[in-house]
Amino acid sequence: MNNPATELRAIIAAHGELAAGLVSAVDRITGRGSALGILSNVGLGAEQMEAMMRERIERDGVRAIFTDLPSGSWTMAARRAMRGNDQVVLVTGVNLAALLEFVMRDDLDPASGARSCVDRARAAIGVVTGGGGARAT
Amino acid sequence: MWSPAAGVRVPLDLCRIDDRLIHGQVVLGWGQQMRLGFIVLVDDEVAGSDWERELYRMGVPPEVDVVFETVDGAATRLGEFERDPRPGILLTGDVESMVRLVGKCSALRAVNLGGIHHKSGRVQRLRYVFLSPDEELALRSLESRGVAVTARDVPGARPVALSDLLSGKGE
Repeated sequence: MNNPATELRAIIAAHGELAAGLVSAVDRITGRGSALGILSNVGLGAEQMEAMMRERIERDGVRAIFTDLPSGSWTMAARRAMRGNDQVVLVTGVNLAALLEFVMRDDLDPASGARSCVDRARAAIGVVTGGGGARAT
Repeated sequence: MWSPAAGVRVPLDLCRIDDRLIHGQVVLGWGQQMRLGFIVLVDDEVAGSDWERELYRMGVPPEVDVVFETVDGAATRLGEFERDPRPGILLTGDVESMVRLVGKCSALRAVNLGGIHHKSGRVQRLRYVFLSPDEELALRSLESRGVAVTARDVPGARPVALSDLLSGKGE
């Protein structure tokens, strides 16, 4: 039986050390950080990034990918590596709320889980001011 | 040259070699500060692929136009790009394409090394610049023809002259 706390279910590919920071936060909150692999772009060119992404998909069987910027080089690398493979889902603009939802939804396969967390990610972004009511907008 | 303080600019302010072509540093790091109007992506392979063109176009905000050209096509249209009143960036993915372009367009007077990463045969010169001996020669030849070659990944970074970069004084 798979252990949802240790099975690799997705990778986060982001600028600098962002992916490591997000996984650290997920682990602190849920204890399920090991469900998420990490890729950083530091020192990497486009070809290396695509090769690393392809390896994660083909060798490790990753089916869910989270990237930070829609225009970022990891998003480009992911789209190239997953081209023609409709079993892989890419979610861009990842945030902590998305990842928390993803790791807790181990009743879903990784690709479905990645799709399902997008609404939660969007809802987590709001603006709060000091005046007026307590509700974020 | 483009000046963020004065808001004065000359089109095609930035002619950049970056193996990632369009990505965060270009669209956000440079683009937002320059109030970028258009990008000329010069790459023979990308220009010939509908899928590649769409991929790069998706990474750019709708208010920024992207023009895809081969090296020959860009050389033909360079005057048109330079007359465009909007701030623009010209990108190539490798040294060889930029050298070919400069060879056809003597109007290009400055080249920015924005990201040339590790590959077999290349030596690290900066955190984000690795060069093969042939690429070093090609860049030196650009300078000998009056083209200023500097490395600078983001606008806030210090520009590093080619001579400093190649002599190990870049960092």
